[in-house]
Amino acid sequence: MNKRSTWALPYFIFLLVFVALPLILIGVYAFQDDFGNFTFSQFMKFAQEEETINTFTYSIEIALINTVLCLLLGYPAAYILSNRKLNRSSVTVMLFILPMWINMLIRTLATVALFDFVSAPLDEGALIFGMVYNFLPFMIYPIYNVMQKMDHSYLEAAEDLGANPLQVFRKVVIPLSMPGVTSGIMMVFMPTISTFAISELLTLNKVKLFGTTIQENINNGMWNYGACLALIMLIIIGCTMLYSDEGSAEEGEKGGLI
Amino acid sequence: MEKSEYIIQIEHLSKSFETNRKRVIEGIVHSAVNVLDDVNINIRKGEFITILGPSGCGKTTLLRLLAGFLTPTSGRILLEGKDITAMPPYQRPMNTVFQRYALFPHLDVYDNIAFGLKLNKIPEAEIDKKVRRVLKLVSMTDYEDRDVNSLSGGQQQRVAIARAIVNQPKVLLLDEPLAALDLKMRKDMQIELKEMHQKLGITFIYVTHDQEEALTLSDTIVVVNEGKIQQIGRPKDIYDEPCNSFVADFIGESNILNGTMIEDHKVSFAGHEFECVDEGFGNDTPVDVVVRPEDIYITRKLEVAQFTGTVKSCTFKGVHYEMFVETDSGHELMIQDYNAFEIGSTIGMLIKPADIQVMSKERLCNTFEGRVTGDDTIEFAGGEFKVDSQSLQSQVGETVKVQIAFDKVELLDNKEDGVLRGQVKFILYKGDHYHLEVVTKDDYKIYVDTNDIWDKGDIVGISIAPSDITVVRDE
Amino acid sequence: MKDSVQTKTPCFSLGKLVAKAYLWALLIILYSPILIIAIFSFTEAKVLGNWTGFSTGLYTNLLSGGVNNMLIKAIENTLLIAVVAATVSTLLGTIAAIGIHNLHGRRKSVVTFLNDIPMLNPDIITGISLFILFVALGISQGYMTVILAHISFCTPYVVLSVMPRLKQMNPNIYEAALDLGATPMQALRKVLMPQLKSGMISGWILSFTLSIDDFAVTLFTKGNAGLETLSTYIYADARKGGLTPELRPLMTIIILAVLLLLVVINLRKKKENE
Repeated sequence: MNKRSTWALPYFIFLLVFVALPLILIGVYAFQDDFGNFTFSQFMKFAQEEETINTFTYSIEIALINTVLCLLLGYPAAYILSNRKLNRSSVTVMLFILPMWINMLIRTLATVALFDFVSAPLDEGALIFGMVYNFLPFMIYPIYNVMQKMDHSYLEAAEDLGANPLQVFRKVVIPLSMPGVTSGIMMVFMPTISTFAISELLTLNKVKLFGTTIQENINNGMWNYGACLALIMLIIIGCTMLYSDEGSAEEGEKGGLI
Repeated sequence: MEKSEYIIQIEHLSKSFETNRKRVIEGIVHSAVNVLDDVNINIRKGEFITILGPSGCGKTTLLRLLAGFLTPTSGRILLEGKDITAMPPYQRPMNTVFQRYALFPHLDVYDNIAFGLKLNKIPEAEIDKKVRRVLKLVSMTDYEDRDVNSLSGGQQQRVAIARAIVNQPKVLLLDEPLAALDLKMRKDMQIELKEMHQKLGITFIYVTHDQEEALTLSDTIVVVNEGKIQQIGRPKDIYDEPCNSFVADFIGESNILNGTMIEDHKVSFAGHEFECVDEGFGNDTPVDVVVRPEDIYITRKLEVAQFTGTVKSCTFKGVHYEMFVETDSGHELMIQDYNAFEIGSTIGMLIKPADIQVMSKERLCNTFEGRVTGDDTIEFAGGEFKVDSQSLQSQVGETVKVQIAFDKVELLDNKEDGVLRGQVKFILYKGDHYHLEVVTKDDYKIYVDTNDIWDKGDIVGISIAPSDITVVRDE
Repeated sequence: MKDSVQTKTPCFSLGKLVAKAYLWALLIILYSPILIIAIFSFTEAKVLGNWTGFSTGLYTNLLSGGVNNMLIKAIENTLLIAVVAATVSTLLGTIAAIGIHNLHGRRKSVVTFLNDIPMLNPDIITGISLFILFVALGISQGYMTVILAHISFCTPYVVLSVMPRLKQMNPNIYEAALDLGATPMQALRKVLMPQLKSGMISGWILSFTLSIDDFAVTLFTKGNAGLETLSTYIYADARKGGLTPELRPLMTIIILAVLLLLVVINLRKKKENE
């Protein structure tokens, strides 16, 4: 009588067509030449194009720098926000989460406005500032979430057993907040490495990231090469996900606000 | 003609569930679990029948099969002689009172009760009349506009009953309806349910794990364990004459001891011979003996007693005292008496012949099909055991029968030790030792007599000394 | 013991002060760009930072459709796509959630895994993969493809919003409806839907927001027929001339709209918790 399970069928088919099949097609296109023959030439091309390789490594570099900066700035903020002795206002928490809901493009242009306002040059510094500005809330939120749900009795138990505040932080808070840190890193690193448009707007096209390279290729009709580059990006992202154990990154995503 | 006497007939009903849980331990895949195994029940019209068993025995599955939420693997269900096995639940003239009530939280009391009537397109005025009538019946008049979430557990229970009986079903199914209520409330509701049953004249099929509830309410009790019917009968018959040690242990308090039927009307247990009323077991046959704690009479006059013992503990239980007495043969007995006896004092005891219930034993030792795998090894029960090579005069690959006495099976704390691993499923105290049922990962049952205390659910290692394994050659 | 308590108190308030200051510094950095844009949307200076007197000129310019027909059209497109995508996603996702809730074992994990992919996938991959799909299938891109793409990344969030409701629901409720004579369809309409309502509304709002917010996926699936949404319009505009003055009032309005939406969502959430 459990026929209700068949209600998942329409959506399952939809997922197959619009989620699974497109990803498979990326893989298929990446191994094809313009005439649909099987080939490794797209990957050879990538390996030989110095400019693309440079963009690729540079993008990873920027993504790493951005992730580290977000973690350094965001972790203390998340700790303060979740600590009842330091912060009791849910409005402050809201204020940190709110920017996640504003269009990335608009936030990027807002940073441009800030740089215009103080007449700072739009260069690599602006790019990194803009990235951190864009992604900081995505680091704070998952860490805050984990810390806030942390059972307070652990901290009290540690204190009771003679740990001073610093030791409590080092031996209890940090280890217990690691799941949040992991998903925070995922939520910052993965989108950063795949951004496009942001770097164009932030540096007036002076700095190019890997995402932009992919977009340009697709726009210029080089679909197979674009698919090949997208596949490379997918592999990088897949590796990042493996690092985060079971890919529990969605935990802290936007849905959490509702 | 005979058929019309029964409203429901359950014939050879079996249900197994597919499981995705990997139970591929030691090479054997278990993909289906047998929840009900060849169940046959005939239910008379207007009867209050209770399906009683411990949790996980399959009783709720049986009720869900009756309601139509599940389809059986085999067998059929007849309602007034008509096969309804394949009928969907919304066409069956039966209604269910769910364990956690399952009231619709978005509807108020009135709309919850009227739900079934409205679906049947019954005129508004009639719905109104019927709803008010059942509200009165469950003593919930004036509650019709209340939000169901604001009601107490007992009130929700009443609404759930009203919602079911307002449709005038032929059969009312009740799935542990009182389990979520506190003790006092439960007692009150028991009385009300009984009254309601008499007033309505509907057949009630009631599922519970509470033996006392079953004894109080039912016309007939069906005791179920591990998917099989153990006994069907009137409450008094089941209490007085349990047909096996499971029923004896599950219904009420009891002393269950190993005994020997010496001849008809003569049984020996706890080191003494007693007169009894049972016959037909044969001479010198091992049996299980059940004596209810209130059926042992205590006397200070040791000379008239059948046997004697020392009081080990004495606890006041409200009406009576509950004592544990160690007999001269070293067995521990539970006795209920209106008088207290001092701890340490020696007392005499008497049991009337009619109060001794003799049951034949289901098995005398563990028996397995085995396969010879080497010079001194046999594989059985999902493990490879060493045996004495001289007792093994069989070829490799030959099938043999293996027997192990209950008290020769050794249980080990460390589950890594031992040839097999198992879980303690059932414990029976037999006065001077425990009788355990241990189920291995491959669902083999091994029965163990032990003096060690284990808990239900313990995971244990199982080992058997080579000399204790008796090999019987298959003829 | 007494000593430590006495010394601890002032030390603690200092820590609190530092913590507060840190939070406020971050907030100022986070919000100053937005404030700057909002402030300078009320002056007509070409270069941001120059103040040429208070004026609502940029707003009237923006809202007088004649000059900016393209923008009005983009807003219309954005809303149309968001409403259609959110509505379809909500229906599809709700039915799917009920189905998934009743699935078990491997089948359940397969569907949940597929359902997770769009949420984990970076926008650019989703966009490119769908672009390639439409190219491979020979579907010309426009409204239809954008809406399908949006449904594909919105529905998982609907499933996520409806799932908890299903888990909270008494598992016997659907059976109780059948037991009382409701057919499966009647049970869905009269019993399941009313109880999933709040989850469905949350899912709809979330989908609507995600759809409006989307830029990357739309960019890859909108085709060349001139279909623009708000974000692709802003992108095209900013690519041509950087942060043009006309974007300032537009961004201010969008940010205010998002704020308003969030207030509504949170009020709903609060009400529900009560």
